[in-house]
Amino acid sequence: MYVAVKGGEAAIDSAHRLLARARRGRPEVPELSTGQIDQQLALAVDRVMTEGSLYDRELAALAIKQARGDLPEAVFLIRAYRTTLPRFGVTEPIDTAAMTIARRISATFKDLPGGQILGPTFDYTHRLLDFDLAKPERSGDLGTETMDEFADPAPMPRVVDLLDQEGVIETEEPGDEGERVADLTREPLQFPADRAARLQNLARGDEGFLLALGYSTQRGYGRNHPFAAEIRLGDVEVELEPEELGFPVAIASIGVTECHMVNQFKGSASAPAQFTRGYGLAFGEAERKAMAMALCDRALRSAELGEEVQAPAQDEEFVLYHSDSVEASGFVQHLKLPHYVDFQSELVLVRTLRAAAGAAPP
Amino acid sequence: MSAYNFGYLDEHTKRMVRRAILKAVAIPGYQVPFGSREMPLSYGWGTGGVQVTASIIGPDDVLKVIDQGADDTTNAVSIRRFFARTTGVRTTTRTREATIIQTRHRIPETPLRAGQIAVFQVPIPEPLRWLEPREAETRAMHALEEYGIMHVRLYEDIALHGRVATAYDYPVRANGRYIMRPSPIPKFDNPKLDRNPALLLFGAGREKRIYAVPPWTKVESLDFEDHPFAVERWDQPCALCGSRESFLDEVIVDDKGGRMFICSDTDYCRERREPAP
Repeated sequence: MYVAVKGGEAAIDSAHRLLARARRGRPEVPELSTGQIDQQLALAVDRVMTEGSLYDRELAALAIKQARGDLPEAVFLIRAYRTTLPRFGVTEPIDTAAMTIARRISATFKDLPGGQILGPTFDYTHRLLDFDLAKPERSGDLGTETMDEFADPAPMPRVVDLLDQEGVIETEEPGDEGERVADLTREPLQFPADRAARLQNLARGDEGFLLALGYSTQRGYGRNHPFAAEIRLGDVEVELEPEELGFPVAIASIGVTECHMVNQFKGSASAPAQFTRGYGLAFGEAERKAMAMALCDRALRSAELGEEVQAPAQDEEFVLYHSDSVEASGFVQHLKLPHYVDFQSELVLVRTLRAAAGAAPP
Repeated sequence: MSAYNFGYLDEHTKRMVRRAILKAVAIPGYQVPFGSREMPLSYGWGTGGVQVTASIIGPDDVLKVIDQGADDTTNAVSIRRFFARTTGVRTTTRTREATIIQTRHRIPETPLRAGQIAVFQVPIPEPLRWLEPREAETRAMHALEEYGIMHVRLYEDIALHGRVATAYDYPVRANGRYIMRPSPIPKFDNPKLDRNPALLLFGAGREKRIYAVPPWTKVESLDFEDHPFAVERWDQPCALCGSRESFLDEVIVDDKGGRMFICSDTDYCRERREPAP
């Protein structure tokens, strides 16, 4: 006689062992070090830090290794670890105008104070597979330039601040010092969400999801006429003001990518025409993410700016509830958990409905 | 695991969750938003239930975890192990021995008693969600007790199919006020919610909501006078223990249409087959 399947415990243990072996791969291939991941898969590390909302290259590299290169899984590992960390305090807002620049471009001005700095970008590479990279390391042909040789020592004001001086862009008043900022890692998202909560959600959001939504605004689903006023990439200092000191001290330097979009706005009877803003910020080098985020941020400001909310990208609940890869991946994949009780109930119901409708048995 | 606190969550988080639970108990069926944390288990695997259990469990508790009514399904095993590892509490498969029963998709057949707590894993807490996708809207509808839309839906089912075509997660009204999702339990289990001596807690991690049915609270499954609520029945007993009272799983035994029916509640089935001690 059939007996209901037992052995969940043993199956789980075996699955874990198989997974560990699959992660390692064939033993004759040298094992990957987290240092190699950090240095040579740096953009994967950046993405995991951004969406995992934890700036720690070493842990992100470890998560990527443990996740066998599955980045959403690595993000999940980081998030679960992050939950357990104590919170020492809240830092001062970072000042991206004071960034040590590795890259800075503007699509709205040919030249501007500080100049255009291309930096390490894929943008103008021809996407031809470089078969030399498949060979053992070449030496001596990588050059020795550092950013310092290119960077203009002159200050590099942010493009939006230059526009601001002329009044052609909406002013953005900084919040009051000490004003409480929403924290999505501690409180549930509530609607309507304020912009800080929305930006946090987008910063943690899945890059692919934001990319598709940003793209949809460009194709007419909530078009907002964007210009990339500025994208800058580099290091900023993080400052914390310990209570007993009374003045801020730098505790770390982190790499960030920042994107300011300027978008059109027609103006109204009460307000003259002005450009509006969309903002994106991500850890490390994450230009695609920062740009997509800025497009989504601007789209989500539709209601506030008196635009009709029609497109998915403008719909706050739609965007913010579905952006998180950890939530989405979990709920989509939970479909593989057993559902046989519910399915049995449906089966009974469908059979009853079919019998009532006089359907012939197959 | 010494690097982690008892029950994985830190004490501040547990207190936050317990406050949400207290509010939920005070307003039966009302969905309390809470600062759901990222757990080391995947969303959809019971993170809401796990956070509720982690927040209420103490060293003297005895924990039972079931999925689909069974203790040995992989996810039940995994959650039971998680708590065994992070709390060291005693675990059991026996409904009668447990002080906390975390469950997905079933309520045990063995009646719960006063003092026990059942923790339900909830995927979508909002009963009006398929009728109105927006959270801001549904919260207002609950506040105004504006439930006409739900009755219209049930009526449409009857007009179309001659009966309410909902087999699980069948909506209920708690304490005569809030319409509530019982979580995806089969409607077979709905009557067990009514005036249950145990405390019933519902945790939705991804959706960041907690709600509750306190002991002895009236819970009615929505219906109409001329179409009263009814549960499913099988025309054969459990093939293992012979029960005609329990919810049966259908097991396909060959590729020629052969099937058998067995209790979904493995502890109940075992108890009926073992001689009384």
